[in-house]
Amino acid sequence: MTTGSGDIIPLMALTPEEVDHIAALARLELSAEEKDRFRQQLSAILDYFSQLQALDTADIPPTASVMAAIGAPRPDQPRPGLSLDELLSNAPQVSDDQFRVPPVLE
Amino acid sequence: MPDLTDLTLLQAVEALRRGDTSSRELVSACLERIERLEPQLHCFLALTTGSALERAAEADRRLAGWRDDPQQELPPLLGVPLAVKDVLCVAGVPCTSGSRILEDFVPPYNATAVERLLQAGAILLGKTNTDEFAMGSSTENSAYGVTHNPWDLERVPGGSSGGSAAAVAARCVPAALGTDTGGSVRQPASFCGVTGIKPSYGRVSRYGLVAYGSSLDVVGVLARDAADTRAVFNIIAGHDPLDATSLDLPGGEAAFSVESQTAGRLLEGLRIGVPEEYFIGGLQGEVESAVREAIRVLEQYGARAQAVSLPHTEYALPVYYLIAPAEASANLARYDGIRYGPRIAAERLGDIYRRTRGEKFGAEVKRRIMLGTYALSAGYYDAYYGQAQKVRTLIRRDFESAFEDVDVIAAPVAPTTAFKIGEHADDPLAMYLEDIFTLPANLAGLPGLAFPVGFDSQGLPVGMQLMGAHFQEELLFRIAQAYQQVTSWHTHRPELEPA
Repeated sequence: MTTGSGDIIPLMALTPEEVDHIAALARLELSAEEKDRFRQQLSAILDYFSQLQALDTADIPPTASVMAAIGAPRPDQPRPGLSLDELLSNAPQVSDDQFRVPPVLE
Repeated sequence: MPDLTDLTLLQAVEALRRGDTSSRELVSACLERIERLEPQLHCFLALTTGSALERAAEADRRLAGWRDDPQQELPPLLGVPLAVKDVLCVAGVPCTSGSRILEDFVPPYNATAVERLLQAGAILLGKTNTDEFAMGSSTENSAYGVTHNPWDLERVPGGSSGGSAAAVAARCVPAALGTDTGGSVRQPASFCGVTGIKPSYGRVSRYGLVAYGSSLDVVGVLARDAADTRAVFNIIAGHDPLDATSLDLPGGEAAFSVESQTAGRLLEGLRIGVPEEYFIGGLQGEVESAVREAIRVLEQYGARAQAVSLPHTEYALPVYYLIAPAEASANLARYDGIRYGPRIAAERLGDIYRRTRGEKFGAEVKRRIMLGTYALSAGYYDAYYGQAQKVRTLIRRDFESAFEDVDVIAAPVAPTTAFKIGEHADDPLAMYLEDIFTLPANLAGLPGLAFPVGFDSQGLPVGMQLMGAHFQEELLFRIAQAYQQVTSWHTHRPELEPA
């Protein structure tokens, strides 16, 4: 797929498999009803957005940030941060001053 | 004694200094009004009544000391009550961002904008309602219930800073902080008949702001008029070493200089651009006529209006709704049930992530995460996200070229006045279209100021926005202050008397 020079991307509704794939990438568990609704809504939204493809942007640089140059970074010096207690205060599960999670490796 | 809640912020500062009232009286009057109106409006997600009354007593002691010895330096907002949108961290006060995924989150630190207000002596009364993670145009996406528009309880207050806008309009607080990623200060200001500034990108620190779209998010102010909005803006603006995107610019002009110049003097020779692309089909007739009449008022006092063209305006909606969700999909990856927020238990780590996120995020947040993830995914990145970034450049250039000919651009804030609760419930695209006039300023990083310029036939406020070149907030405030000197729309108050 190419873009940026007025190529039209063939539009089609998202497939159920694509919705599954996106949900997996986004780490979202969705119900069957949600998947169906999002498939329809996102297809309609993306269809509306296809108007962007009509613009020739071959020679246009992208804008990631409106700030041409970010001010000089601050000196790389240690400064006081939050205490361990503060950092852990909102965690759902803590043990031994660490965030507790199930085993990652089996 | 007149109703204390009717004082503007600057009037309250004066009254406190003169000793006409005390901070405790003022704070209590606001808290009583909040308590009376909350059942109908639901502006607040948390109240900080106890600490507010303590701080008020402390402010009164300090004010009394100052009246004995007026040489002392007094913090500019000492004793004045304010509210903060619930996407900004206040140490020790729950910050939900309108989401179940942060339902029990209590930040251990202050956002810089909040810290500056507290240093200036302001007293926080509570956290205001918002669409979940600031994603929405109505507060209907809050996990904690919708806020009602004080002008018509069956209508939305706008969003996402709808709680702040409704609280200011209803005289619960004289001013409140909001945030604006795609119009979230200006559109609710317009729907509720108050004044709201969306500062230039880089002007106000976002440290302690729950991130949504990081190349777009700004912290702004909603208040009853331009002078109050400017006073609060001047306190929160400025460089912050904790936010690498905050710029080191000269500070705003003295926040409390009394505006003694006449409207004619302020507006003489000002060139106002009127972009034809903002007066299109779908624009409510009464909105158009109120905005055009406001421009005529500015002309009467010496400004000159001329047509300008911003030809890529129609693309702002798809550009925004690709870039903001893409950034959101990355920013919201941190909510995984590990470090904060609730956790849905599961045997495997991946299932904790998926179930916690699936259960605790609301529908619009999931929709935007899906949209953004898709726009960034292999095979679609160039076509969607990449193309949106390029068209963003074209939108920026439109403004750059317009500002070669004019000093400021005047346009409607939103295509309609406040819509009914539930009106766009099942049509996300229709809801997104509410933002078409506010998105361009965010994409270009420009300041925008919304203020009331009339009412429609149903008695709902109409707002106009002024957009300026980068860092021209002061110019926008001057124009709006001049307009408000010679008109009275900003002084109307909704009739709200609970049964």
